[in-house]
Amino acid sequence: MNETPVITAKNLDLTFETNDGPVHALKDVSLNINKGEFISFIGPSGCGKTTFLRCIAGLETPTAGEISVNGMSPDEARRSRAYGYVFQAAGLYPWRTIGGNIRLPLEIMGFSKAEQHERVNRVMDLVDLGGFEKRFPWQLSGGMQQRASIARALAFDADILLMDEPFGALDEIVRDHLNEQLLKLWARTEKTIGFVTHSIPEAVYLSTKIVVMSPRPGRITDVINSPLPKDRPLDIRDSPEFIKIAHRVRDGLRAGHVDD
Amino acid sequence: MALIIALSIWATGWWINAQLANGPQSDSRTISLIIPIIFGATIIAIWQVLVTMLGISPIILPPPSSIAVRFANEIPILWADFEQTILKGAMTGYVVGMIAAFAVALLADRSEFLTKGILPVGAFMAALPIVGTAPIFVKWLGSDWQSKAAVVGVMVFFPILVNTVAGLKVSSMMQRDLMRTYGAGYWPTLLKLRLPAALPFMFNGLKIATTLALIGAIVAEFFGSPTVGMGFRISTSVGQLALDMVWAEIVVAALAGSAFYGIIATIEKRMTFWHPSQREK
Amino acid sequence: MNIKGIIPALVVVVIIFVIWTAAVIPMNAHLTADQAQRDGFIMTPEAPRDRQEFLGLTLAIKNPEIITMTYTLVRPRLPSPHQVAIEMYETIFTKAPTSRRSLVYHAWVTLSATLLGFVIGTTLGILLAVGIVYNRTMDKSVMPWAITSQTIPILALAPMIIVILGAIGIQGLLPKSIISAYLSFFPVVVGMVKGLRSPDGMQLDLLRTYSANANQGFWKLRLPASMPYLFASLKIGISAALVGAIVGELPTGARAGFGARMLVGDQYGQPMVTWAALFGAAITAALLVAILSFIERRTLARMGMGATA
Repeated sequence: MNETPVITAKNLDLTFETNDGPVHALKDVSLNINKGEFISFIGPSGCGKTTFLRCIAGLETPTAGEISVNGMSPDEARRSRAYGYVFQAAGLYPWRTIGGNIRLPLEIMGFSKAEQHERVNRVMDLVDLGGFEKRFPWQLSGGMQQRASIARALAFDADILLMDEPFGALDEIVRDHLNEQLLKLWARTEKTIGFVTHSIPEAVYLSTKIVVMSPRPGRITDVINSPLPKDRPLDIRDSPEFIKIAHRVRDGLRAGHVDD
Repeated sequence: MALIIALSIWATGWWINAQLANGPQSDSRTISLIIPIIFGATIIAIWQVLVTMLGISPIILPPPSSIAVRFANEIPILWADFEQTILKGAMTGYVVGMIAAFAVALLADRSEFLTKGILPVGAFMAALPIVGTAPIFVKWLGSDWQSKAAVVGVMVFFPILVNTVAGLKVSSMMQRDLMRTYGAGYWPTLLKLRLPAALPFMFNGLKIATTLALIGAIVAEFFGSPTVGMGFRISTSVGQLALDMVWAEIVVAALAGSAFYGIIATIEKRMTFWHPSQREK
Repeated sequence: MNIKGIIPALVVVVIIFVIWTAAVIPMNAHLTADQAQRDGFIMTPEAPRDRQEFLGLTLAIKNPEIITMTYTLVRPRLPSPHQVAIEMYETIFTKAPTSRRSLVYHAWVTLSATLLGFVIGTTLGILLAVGIVYNRTMDKSVMPWAITSQTIPILALAPMIIVILGAIGIQGLLPKSIISAYLSFFPVVVGMVKGLRSPDGMQLDLLRTYSANANQGFWKLRLPASMPYLFASLKIGISAALVGAIVGELPTGARAGFGARMLVGDQYGQPMVTWAALFGAAITAALLVAILSFIERRTLARMGMGATA
């Protein structure tokens, strides 16, 4: 694996002012993410995992510290379309077909009609949605909608894919299936993926690096490099290595709680 | 005797409807259409029987038959009134008020502060008896259709404005964040996300406004009009005790109102087929 | 509403008043110029006919001395805000409420008809809604007409209702109330039917697991669930009822009430009377809606639904 960091964060701090006083969402968060890594952020709610992802995306601005994406500020990276973002809900526009939804970023970014068509077809095949182009989102299942939203994030070929609990609202079976597909997709496209989750098996199964976070204030308590091979069948989850990592993640999460 | 006949008509109509409504196909389109028609026909039949058999003076309540005859005989006059009041007064005012409301909503939309102010003030204005401005507009713009259009314009302005402003706010935080991840600015976000998302709200305002437009155009004529127009005809016919003519005008108003609403609802269906409220149907 | 929420609304109101105040100059420029000429001022151009060629604003710029006078005309085309305020003050606070010249008197005439009609219309509307929800035949026969009637300008019936009732000897309060009742009736029916049907299948099933009877289902589930819908329609209904009462005063040559004042001001060339009546009606409508909103908030808060209302 190539060891050039695409995302670096140094001593990030972020405080929200709320009616109940300031909330320390991120405290002294430092992290390097290398090209081609699949990195998961795991922790209980309020640990700042989503906030950190939004900082990378330039959707939140840290109060202190430095962060760079592809050597640029997150805002510049956002404007140069350095990443695709997948939210917890598919958030497809009900008035557009599946194809139309995937075309949306391409329209905004000013791709030519022919290019739009070619790319929509390509990413729809990539997420196994070929043939559903003319359907409307509300005619598809939740899992298919989420796959469409991943296709939408892939359509403009950004190097980085940021995913905020993308499968959180789906049932276990659909989720397994999508996890498997996501790994294949990652292997094929060699993107750098940042993935927020609160499921331990999901984090361990998917990632090359697991970042364990804990709340109040939101901070990183452990960073685990996964020794698992890149090719991972679903039943790898029963292997002793897998269980060992899962234990370490669980211990990290528990340690975060004892601190309160 | 008359009462017995009326009661038996009522009983028959109700019995048929009860059979249909509780029957196996009561939710089919045809049955759902036939039942209210039978109900309406029953009412009209009872009306006819009671008025003719009890010898009620046509000055108080003319029988449906004479209203129908009057309607058929006066089609040229009714059409002229329709043209004056609905096509010129109500439609012009509706279009002007709608365009003004959209324009103000878009302007206000640039500032969150203005949006916050316009919502309560607009909702407040929409509840006011704006028809009352009719005498003022008649004084300013003369008694022809222009003053009616102005009243209608002001009446429809506020509900359309409030609904549009509210609609522009409905797109979720997540959808707006998505547009930000594409580095999309104000206009792409407005055109691709917020306007389509606002359409169901805008149509809600436009549908409320159809009835208001007709009310405004007709009532404003009570304050002064040329010798043509539905409001003019209603007030003068009432004065001459020609109630069958009044009823004929009311039939025209009802048809025009339903048609106008129907047109807007059809356009809505076409443009917001994706919205849950339309999908259920 | 907290202070923070009021400021933007106030700013919008101030903007409206600024536009109004500014509009007074061009709207009244011609009348003012005519008046000023009669009072011995020299106007450019001199002939009133020539002045018609100019826009009000141009005329005011050509004759800057008339600008202040546009705000003090006795019979302006557009009275200035302070003129309306003075007229309102005088007719509300300096006249005995029983006097025909008191706006309070006219307000009461219209308001009493409105309230009586509103109560009748709302009661009948709720009863019909209950009937529609519990009787399938009624639902199928009446509901389409109730919905259609909302697209019809029912107000056009007003003059006829007044005359018919007059012909059979009913006069005064009742005919206007019937129009008000009629107008508030349909929004209440439609809203209430929606409200009574708002409990979802799961909530209805829950009651069935308790083997609750229809009566209990109504009082414990359907009626409470319908409250937000009911209040929404009541607010529409009360402003419709007020408009109904005002329009009911127009065609009959009534001498009291807001509608009568608007007509009187119009026919006798007293614009201030019309404007005062218009604002009086607006304030009345606002108060009625505000009172309903207050009751709504209190009721829903006590029922635990207050947060969204």
